[in-house]
Amino acid sequence: MKQLSGFIAPYKKPITLAVIFMLLDVICEVIQPTLMTNIVGKGIQSQSAGYIVGTGLLMIFVAFLAILAGFGNARCSAVAGVGFAAKLRRGLFAKVQEFSFHNIDHFSTASLATRLTNDVTQMQNAAIMSLRIMLRAPMMFVFALIMAIRMNASLAIILVVVIPLLAVAMFLIIRRAMPLFGGMQTRMDALNSSVQENLTNVRVIKSFVRQNYEKEKFKDANNGLTAASLKAMNAVILSMPLMMLTMNLSSVAVVWFGGGQVITGQLNVAQMTAFINYIFQILISLMMVSMMFVMFSRASASYKRIIEVLDAEIDLENSSSAGERPIRGNVSFENVSFQYDPANPEPVLKDISFTARAGEVIAIVGGTGSGKTSLVQLIPRLYDVSAGRVLLDGVDVREYTIESLRGQIGMVLQKNTLFSGTIRDNLKWGNEHAAEEEIVEAAKAAQAHDFIMSFPKGYDTWMEQGGVNVSGGQKQRLCIARAILKKPPVLILDDSTSAVDTATEAKIRQAFHTVLRDTTTFIIAQRISSVKDADRIIVLSDGRISAVGTHEELLATSGEYQEIYESQLGKEANA
Amino acid sequence: MPRGKQQAYQKPKNIKKTLGFLWGYLRHRQFALIAAILMVFLQIGASLAGTAYLQPIIDTFLQPVGGNLTVAERFAGLGRGIIVLLCIYLVAVTASYFQMRIMIHVTQRSINTLRRDLFSHLQELSVRYYDTHTHGEMMSRFSNDVDTLNDALANSLTSLFSSVITLAGILGLMLSKSWALTLLTLAMTPLMFLVAGNIMKRSSKYFVAQQANLGKVNGYVEEIITGQKVVKVFCREQEALTSFDSLNEALCDSATTAQSYSGLMMPIMMNINTINYALVAMIGGLLAVFGNLSVGALVVFLQLARQFGRPINEASSQYNAVITAIAGAERICEVMAEPAEEPDPENAADLVEEGREFYWQTYDHDGKPSDRIPVRGDVRFEDVTFGYAEDKTVLKHISLYAKPGHKIAFVGSTGAGKTTITNLLTRFYDISQGKITIDGIDIRTIKKDALRRSLSMVLQDTHLFTGTVRENIRYGNPHATDEEVEAAAKLASAHSFISRLPQGYDTVIEGDGANLSQGQRQLLNIARAAAADAPILILDEATSSVDTRTERHIEHGLDRLMQGRTTFVIAHRLSTVRNSNAIMVMEQGEIIERGTHDDLLKAHGRYYQLYTGAAELD
Repeated sequence: MKQLSGFIAPYKKPITLAVIFMLLDVICEVIQPTLMTNIVGKGIQSQSAGYIVGTGLLMIFVAFLAILAGFGNARCSAVAGVGFAAKLRRGLFAKVQEFSFHNIDHFSTASLATRLTNDVTQMQNAAIMSLRIMLRAPMMFVFALIMAIRMNASLAIILVVVIPLLAVAMFLIIRRAMPLFGGMQTRMDALNSSVQENLTNVRVIKSFVRQNYEKEKFKDANNGLTAASLKAMNAVILSMPLMMLTMNLSSVAVVWFGGGQVITGQLNVAQMTAFINYIFQILISLMMVSMMFVMFSRASASYKRIIEVLDAEIDLENSSSAGERPIRGNVSFENVSFQYDPANPEPVLKDISFTARAGEVIAIVGGTGSGKTSLVQLIPRLYDVSAGRVLLDGVDVREYTIESLRGQIGMVLQKNTLFSGTIRDNLKWGNEHAAEEEIVEAAKAAQAHDFIMSFPKGYDTWMEQGGVNVSGGQKQRLCIARAILKKPPVLILDDSTSAVDTATEAKIRQAFHTVLRDTTTFIIAQRISSVKDADRIIVLSDGRISAVGTHEELLATSGEYQEIYESQLGKEANA
Repeated sequence: MPRGKQQAYQKPKNIKKTLGFLWGYLRHRQFALIAAILMVFLQIGASLAGTAYLQPIIDTFLQPVGGNLTVAERFAGLGRGIIVLLCIYLVAVTASYFQMRIMIHVTQRSINTLRRDLFSHLQELSVRYYDTHTHGEMMSRFSNDVDTLNDALANSLTSLFSSVITLAGILGLMLSKSWALTLLTLAMTPLMFLVAGNIMKRSSKYFVAQQANLGKVNGYVEEIITGQKVVKVFCREQEALTSFDSLNEALCDSATTAQSYSGLMMPIMMNINTINYALVAMIGGLLAVFGNLSVGALVVFLQLARQFGRPINEASSQYNAVITAIAGAERICEVMAEPAEEPDPENAADLVEEGREFYWQTYDHDGKPSDRIPVRGDVRFEDVTFGYAEDKTVLKHISLYAKPGHKIAFVGSTGAGKTTITNLLTRFYDISQGKITIDGIDIRTIKKDALRRSLSMVLQDTHLFTGTVRENIRYGNPHATDEEVEAAAKLASAHSFISRLPQGYDTVIEGDGANLSQGQRQLLNIARAAAADAPILILDEATSSVDTRTERHIEHGLDRLMQGRTTFVIAHRLSTVRNSNAIMVMEQGEIIERGTHDDLLKAHGRYYQLYTGAAELD
């Protein structure tokens, strides 16, 4: 709970108030049976109408007090529970904003989203529940116990027998049921994931006519789940009758022993029934506490997932000596090796060295998995090198603050995203203060202006989440425009024109020459046509540089480059 | 928090039909249900009898009105009373246990059948249904809706039922003790319902607002986290946090109100009951003093008055759960009502396999086998017109002829109708006009399963199943021997990489093959198609998501697979289609150019433009 204390602390006041209100509520409730005893006992015996009515009105007053206390508790626990969840959600979101690429890779995107949404809601429910019911049960237990002992200490001996009995029984049931519920959940998850797989693969199933096979497979999983559920449920349903049995046996005991005391005149009938009520209150609260354990075991899964995020170590931060420096655009790699997972002995990049002078265009080619993307991601320090150095204008990238480094490098990621908002909003990600002319200029350079203007609302066209309402090629051009708007001294295009036709792509490259004349540009591409005009082409193979040179040089010297070239021979277009 | 309240308030539309649907599942267990109902009666009856039995004990032995019993006799009487009480309670407990056990059995079995039926039905649904509904939507039928229904059947239903019975029992007992006090209690009841209804109405309003805000926050979180890497590249963390904060605060405000309201219910309901209890104690006390109410009767009545609020409380808290469950059941019911794929016409042709040869077996009107036609793979489209929606035609008057063993390629932009051709050939969708024939037989007169067995598909998205490599290849043909599986893998050039896997053919593929590279997954797909050994092959963007060198590697396997089979190739990349016997260039549902690669280049048309990069697909 240590990690959560920061989110709970701001709500000390409402939490304390919630506790006080709950205390008041509980006291009101445990007083009622005693007041009733006074009416039925003293009142009837003394035949005093005034006493009966007075006590009755007192009972009603206490009930109103309890309503007020209930209001107070409801409000305070809502303020505290909801507020805590909001703070927690913000804490998680802020933490994710600090995440390095490495951290993001570690948690998958979908699982991060679940942690911030469902898991936080679970925690909110648990928090509110704690302040309402959880708090109530132990208080009720204590106060009802006190009242019972005060009323008749000798009858209270029954409780000494009953409470441990019920507690042990509940403990045994829960201990048995918990793993069974765990097993049920596992089977449930397995069933759901196999259904999910089935839904995704429907075309395959139908085309290979395997519906009956799938049905058989499902039948097994389904029966397994049912068996596991029955086992778990049958274990837990023992608790209800057991509870009833305990309550009933204790009330029988009270009638037996208390009845004896009534006959001998030590106790009156009203006290006896009040005592039964106290026993019920005590046992029910005991039951509630044990149910809490079951409920909290569900919330604890969410808790663990949330803590994992909060505890994640940010492995990429500004070093103490980092400073803000303007970048001119000279990039060099010195014996760089890199691996995503330190435990994996095989590095993704091995001993990479090269230099790019300001204003040069460097292309990188190579097969899938050869390390192209990994290489360029080291420049804006999306990941840190495992060995060697990446230098910008002769200074290690780790000596720049992350903000000044990334602020001056334009990057179009391979898996790029647009966000919901207008086209203008999206482009402004590159430069928030960009003037309208600058935006248009960037869009023109990326060959996006024309199609933007073809939309009825032009730059004010609303983009849906992920930019699903424009074509793949258009999306890529918008992403390029967004990066150009930064006017970066270094620009990285990671396979970012794959859906753009070659003619348009050529125009984009042409525009770079005028708009970004002094910018050092890195281009990763599949198509030879995209890279052959580059000042230099780096051929990567299994994480090593296998050749460097111009298109003509490589055709003459690099077997690998020739092979790529030949695989595309005569078809400049693979649009 | 009752669970139902967290979900959006969805009112069921046709309760009667839905209940009828559910009854269909419970009906087979009606005897168990009757037994459970009997148990409920027994349990409630015994519990109430236990409370009522206190009166004779009190009035006769503990505080007798006339004093003609000795202390010893009173003790003996108390002892007998205790034994009766004990028996009554034991009956109640036993009944309660069996009632729960039976209900759990009934529920789990019914849910099991329901889940099985739902799954089976999904298998029979048309591809059209899958194309028009998201997986999330269908999954939610399976998990959320079935789960809430499960909960409701197991808990809410019995508790709702027993609440009503308990309430009736309590009222009956009360009436037998004192009509005046009963009237007093009844007078309080409308107040309880009024207050409960009022709070529920208000809180549901605020819950809707909370749900809307929660949706906004969750949507924003998902969007930003999905694009988190882009956020980092553009250093937009601070801006993201600012936008998040305003959404989060709005949620916090509305959720606080909603939760406050929902928290009011319990204390108010409980204390209205307590006020009633106080009034009963007060008036009852007066009646005992000045009227003819016995102390025993008063004590029992007070015990009943304490219990009176509980069933009302319980019923109102279960109400939401039941409504949510019925709404869920209704959605399940809707899926089950979706028509399955159209059944095959009577006497439809079948596919028979003899040795390595396939034949079409046709039947005459009496169902007697007539012709046996060898499968050659002669595929014709004759003036085919089709649209997914009636008013939108996707394919217009398509005619084409694929000679046995030929390779026919389709190129064109997304939405030009290429994939539609395969959807029609597999009869995932049926054409609106025209005719498609295989070896001269209209495909609508062939059994769907037979037709699909005669086709093998390799799709762009490499769909693999959790299981071993061997199982995945065998998916194409369940009867394939291990040798045949390996032969298929060799044909697809997949054998060498499979052999290098840690457990070879027994390596388990998880989560759609995440532990394999894209190229390897595609090779397995091809091997699967090879194992099926069908006479007609469809390659739908089979090599789009791999780089050109990997593609070359795969092509090798593909070329061998295509040998002797009629093949339809759909491709984005023109390199894949160059050596086809015919290339169809499609645009807006029409074939605008057709011919061999060389013909089309010479024609200097659309294909030429695409090929030279002057035009953009997509």
